[in-house]
Amino acid sequence: MTTQATLSGRDRSRQAFLSRSTLVTSLVLIVGMLLVLVLNALPASNALHVSGATVALLGKYFTYMLLALAVDLIWGYLGILSLGHGAFFALGGYAMGLYLNAQTSALPGWQAMMTYFPVAALMVLLAPGLLALAFGWLAFRSRVTGVYFSIITQALTFALMLAFNRNEMGLGGSTGLTRFYELMGFSLSSEGMTVALFVASGVAVLLAFWLCRAITVSRLGRVSLATRDAEARMRFIGYRVDHVKLALFVVSAMIAGVAGALYVPQVGIINPSTFAPLFSIEVVVWVALGGRATLYGALLGALVVNYLKTVLTGAMPDAWLFILGALFVLVTMVLPQGIAGVIAKWRGRRRAAVRPGQREASA
Amino acid sequence: MSTFKEQPARAPLRGRNIKLLLCLLMAWSLSFISQSVFAATSSEPRALLEALDTGNFQAKGVAAQAIADSDAEQKTRWLQALLDGRLGKERRGERFYIVTDDSGREWPIIDAITFEDAGTGTRRTVDIFKINNDLRTQIEGLLASLSLSAGDEASRLAAARQLIGEIEADNAASVRQMRNEEESDAVRQPLDVALALYDVQQGDAEALDTLRGNLDTRIRNTLVPIAAGDSPLAAEARSVLDGIESKRVWYDRAQTLFFGLSAGSILVLAAIGLAITFGVMGVINMAHGELIMIGAYTTWLIQQALPGQPGLALALAIPGGFLVAGAFGVVIERTVIRFLKGRPLETLLATFGLSLILQQLVRSVFSPLNRRVTSPEWMQGAWQINEALAFTLNRLGVLLFCLAVFAALWALMRFTRLGLEVRAVTQNRAMARAMGVRATRVDMLTFGLGAGVAGLAGVALSQLTNVGPNLGQSYIVDSFLVVVFGGVGNLWGTLVAGMSLGVINQVLQPWVGAVLAKIIVLVGVILFIQKRPQGIFAPKGRTS
Repeated sequence: MTTQATLSGRDRSRQAFLSRSTLVTSLVLIVGMLLVLVLNALPASNALHVSGATVALLGKYFTYMLLALAVDLIWGYLGILSLGHGAFFALGGYAMGLYLNAQTSALPGWQAMMTYFPVAALMVLLAPGLLALAFGWLAFRSRVTGVYFSIITQALTFALMLAFNRNEMGLGGSTGLTRFYELMGFSLSSEGMTVALFVASGVAVLLAFWLCRAITVSRLGRVSLATRDAEARMRFIGYRVDHVKLALFVVSAMIAGVAGALYVPQVGIINPSTFAPLFSIEVVVWVALGGRATLYGALLGALVVNYLKTVLTGAMPDAWLFILGALFVLVTMVLPQGIAGVIAKWRGRRRAAVRPGQREASA
Repeated sequence: MSTFKEQPARAPLRGRNIKLLLCLLMAWSLSFISQSVFAATSSEPRALLEALDTGNFQAKGVAAQAIADSDAEQKTRWLQALLDGRLGKERRGERFYIVTDDSGREWPIIDAITFEDAGTGTRRTVDIFKINNDLRTQIEGLLASLSLSAGDEASRLAAARQLIGEIEADNAASVRQMRNEEESDAVRQPLDVALALYDVQQGDAEALDTLRGNLDTRIRNTLVPIAAGDSPLAAEARSVLDGIESKRVWYDRAQTLFFGLSAGSILVLAAIGLAITFGVMGVINMAHGELIMIGAYTTWLIQQALPGQPGLALALAIPGGFLVAGAFGVVIERTVIRFLKGRPLETLLATFGLSLILQQLVRSVFSPLNRRVTSPEWMQGAWQINEALAFTLNRLGVLLFCLAVFAALWALMRFTRLGLEVRAVTQNRAMARAMGVRATRVDMLTFGLGAGVAGLAGVALSQLTNVGPNLGQSYIVDSFLVVVFGGVGNLWGTLVAGMSLGVINQVLQPWVGAVLAKIIVLVGVILFIQKRPQGIFAPKGRTS
């Protein structure tokens, strides 16, 4: 093994990309997915059989994990806390919803083009991407940072929620889009489709994870980490900080859009409540609980919180908001580095996890 | 009478006095006789009512006029009953009845002449006198002029207002006479307007001058057809209409401004507490909306404890809401926020968690249903300036309350020791501590103050909307925008920003609708913050 000093940046990136955490996380994801598939294939009488409903639920969790990755990419590695990522998620979802609606009935006006899958797939990326580009360009150019950025992203998703609630938008008003029957010619209600969507979501998580890992270990990723920790210094050195932010913000929004697009066929509905500020901020607590600035932490956090939510809203619906609220408070006060921080401490290793108070103190 | 009074002074009764006394006696007995004569002719009311018993509406109209012209004491009641379709005649008999309640199948009825209880009647036993629309209009006019000639000033005024646009050829003369006999200026004025309108209808261009600038819609409606022609009268009427229209536009603008300021005052109330905690202390408190909610629930609780005394309850709720919400604020500061100093994003998340907990707490304790807080009487109704402009009293009250809270807060920050210490700690914490300011105590009190003001906002909101667990949530985004828009750390900025956002929203609403107006304002503020991150009023110096 060569010493660090003689490594080129590219080699160093490759080495970091193939780090242990990447490999372990990928392995866990793949093995978990295969395990679910095998158990689902078992006859229903078997004690280990995983039902179709559970597979659908896990598929939904995968889309949430994707969304958590998107938030972690900019919050963990760039220090931008977006309280409006639900908006990008919902936009992707609406694009997919339009496509699904177009399968059974002709849509009016510009929506007619959503009949074709390639166009719809492009829209899934473009709609959130362009919004993020426009919004981010305005915000980063005028150096809106810290909590100000958080508040205006929240206002953005709030405004979009109001707009999508209007019937004049032609997007179903407050009911949203529903009555989906088939996807690419296959019935949505079939068992095979549930499994296919589960696999698609799982693969998307894996790909997005690799993409985020590649970005964070690349030169861009190192610049973004430096920006997170000392934005003014980076600017004085000569980096175009706003470009870095914009690039990551747009990528993050696109990942959120894909998550929304995968979410909609599995849940069967998309409506303006997805734009609600509460949903977006919930995503933040997934990441916070998992551990920001560790990609696997975001995945873990999304899984844990949503599993808790599924169990608790069923068992004691009144208690869920208490527990979610308590999670917010406890994570920030007791576990500032989340579960990933606990794991890191337990392993006696200090990772690149963010130390709270470093960046924001100067914001 | 004076004779009687002087009587004891003059000892012997002289002849002249005796004659006078006799005259008085005569007069007294005469009046007695005339009364008995009146009582003897009580068959006359019967004849008046008898005339109504006809199928011919024209004849009925004549009969109604005759009733109004007669001096029967019961005439107002008869006409009112006839108008309401409650006057009728016994089907197999000669008695007349007034139905006092026609909601059921069995009607309680009274005798129309003596007003004595006559048991019950039904559709079968009582034949109700029917009226048509012409007759209805005529009877309304008759009733109006009846209450004009009798009754107190308030009812005369109401009757006079009723008459605008209702004067016809047959009652014009009598109204004119009444107007000349009328003593009160207030009543004379609408009568003049009513008569002028009638004169204009008759083609009198002079009378238009009286109508100039009057905002009554009935005048506008009457003048529009008159203005359609091309006679000199029509041209004159058009100019009067134009005058009315432009005046109306101005009053409409004033009305919009009032609604805007009212909406703005709510925004300011919701945001001003935040302007202290976020603006002055730099603490992001996402639970601010829930502190507002706590203030509103405090009002509701106090009102539950004092049933039937909404005024007293509201007066107690103002300090109550402040103290309860302030106490919650101090607890939040002591248990959570003080450990997150200098970490705004973490503070944001933690306080958001607190807001969820508080919401669910209220839902669990008080149920998720909305509660209604009744306003005291002096907060209900409206202050009607004229036809086009009215100030709703509860909104006016909240507006004044908002200004009072703002003034008090400003004075507190400007003139008291606490205000001085808060400003010192904000500007330079280390230096302030070196000068002996207990910074942690100041933090606690400042946060408690901001929270208490949020509670006051809740008290005010409870007068305008229902109180529910989601009350605060709907204000949090708006409040933050107001604070940021106005310039962080600037109370004046918050006032100006809140008021202007409220007014802009109201001005936009008639054009684009409520939801789109809100979206436009939101997007506008977002763009404004991009352009000018320091808000309308940038803090001076290097404090940012």
